[in-house]
Amino acid sequence: MISIHDLSFQYSAGNSIRFPDFTVTKGEHCLLLGESGSGKTTLLHLLGGLLRNYAGSVKVDNTELAQLSEASLDRFRGQHIGFVFQRNHLVSALSVEKNLMLAPYLAGLKINTERITEVLSGLGLAEKRKSSVTQLSHGQAQRVAIARAVLNKPSIIFADEPTSALDDKNCDRVIHMLMDVAAQNQSTLLVATHDQRLKDKISKQVKLSSS
Amino acid sequence: MSIFTLVWNYFKARPLNTAINILLLSLGIAVMTILLLFNKQLEQKITENARGIDLVVGAKGSPLQLILCNIFHVDFPTGNIKLNEAERFAKHRLVKRAIPLALGDSYQSYRIVGTSQQYAELYKAELQEGNWWKNTLDVTIGANVGTIAPLKIGDKFASAHGLAEGGHTHNEHQYRVVGVMKRTNTVLDNLILTNVESVWEMHEEHASEEAHEDHEEHTELRDSSFIPSPLVPSIAKGDSVKEITSMLIQYRSPMGAIQLPRLVNSQSSLQAASPAFETARLFSIMGVGVDILMAFAYVLIFISGLSIFIALYNSLKERRYDLAIMRSMGASRTKLFVSILLEGGILTLLGSVIGLLMGHGVLVLLSGFVEETQKAGIDGFVFYPEEWIILVGSLLLGLLCAVIPAIQAYRTDISKVLAGN
Repeated sequence: MISIHDLSFQYSAGNSIRFPDFTVTKGEHCLLLGESGSGKTTLLHLLGGLLRNYAGSVKVDNTELAQLSEASLDRFRGQHIGFVFQRNHLVSALSVEKNLMLAPYLAGLKINTERITEVLSGLGLAEKRKSSVTQLSHGQAQRVAIARAVLNKPSIIFADEPTSALDDKNCDRVIHMLMDVAAQNQSTLLVATHDQRLKDKISKQVKLSSS
Repeated sequence: MSIFTLVWNYFKARPLNTAINILLLSLGIAVMTILLLFNKQLEQKITENARGIDLVVGAKGSPLQLILCNIFHVDFPTGNIKLNEAERFAKHRLVKRAIPLALGDSYQSYRIVGTSQQYAELYKAELQEGNWWKNTLDVTIGANVGTIAPLKIGDKFASAHGLAEGGHTHNEHQYRVVGVMKRTNTVLDNLILTNVESVWEMHEEHASEEAHEDHEEHTELRDSSFIPSPLVPSIAKGDSVKEITSMLIQYRSPMGAIQLPRLVNSQSSLQAASPAFETARLFSIMGVGVDILMAFAYVLIFISGLSIFIALYNSLKERRYDLAIMRSMGASRTKLFVSILLEGGILTLLGSVIGLLMGHGVLVLLSGFVEETQKAGIDGFVFYPEEWIILVGSLLLGLLCAVIPAIQAYRTDISKVLAGN
């Protein structure tokens, strides 16, 4: 599903970073651990095709990302990958429902309203469907962000520091929610974090050393 | 969900900003539309009113006044001319048609014109109902006089001296309406036509008793040697007393344009003025005002363009994260580029459509409530092909204003934005 071999990336500032080789199989959950500045986000962006021009090999879903053109990489990302970011940024001009519709629309897939109902009620957001995203609490907004990430039934979900700003109780809820929706959709889950509380939640772990 | 839903929701998220941009542009476009419609229709009216009239011969004075008075009926006469002097040119070999006009009175600011049947023929007028004037003091009225004044067949009215309402009224004689003309969309719609003799009769009341007797005597003097005047057939040719205001002339050949004006101006106390030349002069005078208003419209449109550019540019700063998130969900650079361009284009298109409607609306209101506009025959429901140019032009303006923000959106470094740098 995901395999990295001899991967390195050069920042525009000139310094470069090397990543350890690892493989994640389909449906597996994996933790990407490392201190701030260890390159977690960079690795996640490389895996998600948000960053290009790497050296070595990054294979996602048996596709070498470097071989895709930019436009087909965009399409690949939209159809195979769901992102959850630390700042679960939603498009504030749109309602909850339209934020979710954006995912299939931008990925070039058909919009399925039943799927939206299913995902929203699965995350306890059914009555928030028509609300403006500016009226949501932080927890609700995070659930909408997760709903958006899984809506297209992606084969991989990348989560970048999803819990670092949360207290223990919410940290627990969010990581279980992510693991549950990933399991429901048979998605591979890769969580990049420095949050030590997650260490005993997911057994497979890849450590990045600070450079 | 479509690119339009997205753009529309971004508009809705900033309602005040969107409204002010649309308002600014639509005001500029509205001013432009009003000028376009007004100018075009006025030009059209003026050419229609002057059609078939090659030369106006009247008393010496301002040639522009002569044209304004005798063709458009908006100014006062320059004075009177002797009938026998006018006759000299009416019979000239280069003149195809000569129509006498006797002005002086009005009814409720509608001018009464003493003339011949040829005047109505000039504008291809037809009767709506009733008859053409025949006897002295019979009148046939224009369409607007029938509806706005209003007068109907059989009505009797006293005329007032001059053009303004409330002038001295000639109560001694009353005109009688015998017919109403169909709408011609020319100045004829605002006129009351009668024969030249009626106008004379009105005014001879004021002249001395002696002159009156002269008149009586005169009509009795018809004998075998009576040769009718070419302008007013009831009067003998060469009458030295009778006066008219002016004479409209149609040339027989283009040679007339070269010879007649000079002939009239040099060899008599009369003055000849060419409608084509004088209206061109009038337009060049009016043009200054139109140009200033047009410049004002351009300034409004320029400011609205700038305002749209600034709004898009600023909103893009706030939306860098939106754009990056959309890229992470699979949106291509091109899609984001197009969506920003569309935002500018739709904004200006909306503005210009509203502006065009406003422009037409203002003229519709004006022609509905202001009598002067109604009389001038300005219509708000007329559309010109130039309005397409306004629409397309403003669409281009929107795209132009959006191009720099769109390029920025295209270039957004998603990884950097998402990493929070």
